[in-house]
Amino acid sequence: MLRKIVLAAIAAAVLGLGLFWVLTIPARVTAGELPPHTANLDNGKVMFAIGGCASCHATPNQEDRTKLGGGLGLRSPFGIFHVPNISSDAKDGIGAWSEADFVTAVMKGTAPDGSHYYPAFPYTSYQRMKLDDVRDLFAFLKTLPAVAGRIRDHELPFPFTIRRGLGLWKLLYLDGQPFKPDPSQSEAWNRGAYLVNAPGHCAECHSPRNAFGAIIAEQRFAGGPAPDGQGGVPNITQAKLKGWSPADFVEFLASGMTPDADFIGGSMTDVIRNTAQLSKPDREAMAHYLKSLPPVERPGQKKPAGG
Amino acid sequence: MIVRLALAAAVVAAVATTVVAQSDPIAARKAIMKTTGQQTAIGAKMIKGEEPFDLNKAKAIFAEYQDAAAKMPGLFPDSAKSGGESTASPKIWESTADFKARFAKLSDDAKAASASVKDLDSFKAAFGNVTKNCGGCHETYRIKKS
Repeated sequence: MLRKIVLAAIAAAVLGLGLFWVLTIPARVTAGELPPHTANLDNGKVMFAIGGCASCHATPNQEDRTKLGGGLGLRSPFGIFHVPNISSDAKDGIGAWSEADFVTAVMKGTAPDGSHYYPAFPYTSYQRMKLDDVRDLFAFLKTLPAVAGRIRDHELPFPFTIRRGLGLWKLLYLDGQPFKPDPSQSEAWNRGAYLVNAPGHCAECHSPRNAFGAIIAEQRFAGGPAPDGQGGVPNITQAKLKGWSPADFVEFLASGMTPDADFIGGSMTDVIRNTAQLSKPDREAMAHYLKSLPPVERPGQKKPAGG
Repeated sequence: MIVRLALAAAVVAAVATTVVAQSDPIAARKAIMKTTGQQTAIGAKMIKGEEPFDLNKAKAIFAEYQDAAAKMPGLFPDSAKSGGESTASPKIWESTADFKARFAKLSDDAKAASASVKDLDSFKAAFGNVTKNCGGCHETYRIKKS
């Protein structure tokens, strides 16, 4: 009898492990799935800017934002993520990557060695990018200088060290859906919605997160505590920014100046360095979309004075 | 008589500012940042064409920046690291030399801007150049507000 129970327990454990293994298989994109494409470097540069690649991957405290040697330490409630080298260096960067490797990394959150990336890398937003935009970005990154040097491993406590477990997280929070334009809205609105939600990944900081570190969908763009624990990130829905005209948004994305002539601080300053490089029509498209965000209050957050 | 009154008023104002600065540096630096913001708003309006360009106003903006750059570094004593809804980052006290150097640069840039401004076009360039200092300093030394 005991023997039977032990056998059943072992069988259940093996079955469980097998199920875990199957459920957490990292998704990949193969070279065969990529249709013919001629890279557009100008578009790649736009994607580099709106994607905010330099904000995390450029080595801190250097003027040149095209040297993507990594090294920034991103503090989070889960531990410290050390941003990797994505320069064109063949040994330490992504110089030896195939295009399919890059598409897989950005859109599936899977590394060339088949392991899962942590969602500190915002592939939850990047998965909505157009395939052509991701490929143009790859072509552009290849033109940037090679920087030698491998960045240290992340500092995370167990069980977050087990990357395979991220497969379960992805099952819950990575839907693999592309950006879906809203046919009832204008072309500019859709361009703005795409830039904000896919490459721009604004919601990754401007939304509260649940205990598993995933964005709380109903409170998207309603702000939240800063991921590094220092202060907070503002609500950017019309609950907070009702007083901003579309022109105010455009000015802000160009210079970082708010309508009351304050200059934004903190990590948003570097985001502005990115949006300042966009074309004016792209900034206007983003403004158009952001102005349309329905007001969402974050529970427990007091209303700003004067509404 | 009027001159005397005006002088007296100026002295009282100066003393009051000093007293506030000594007793409550957080309130004092917030007041300076507020005035700086109001001046910046005037500049932004002139650039956007919402207000006609006025050379005197333009010079006043750059004068305010120089004034702020002179006073601000003294308003961050160790006794005023937090409180009063301050958004000052602890980094101010960790890298004081850099923090002060940034105000020196702001002062220099504002002085150069004031000398170069003649018309709306030169103001646009000068204003854009000086206000780059604002974001650069806020990035490192001001924590995020929600």
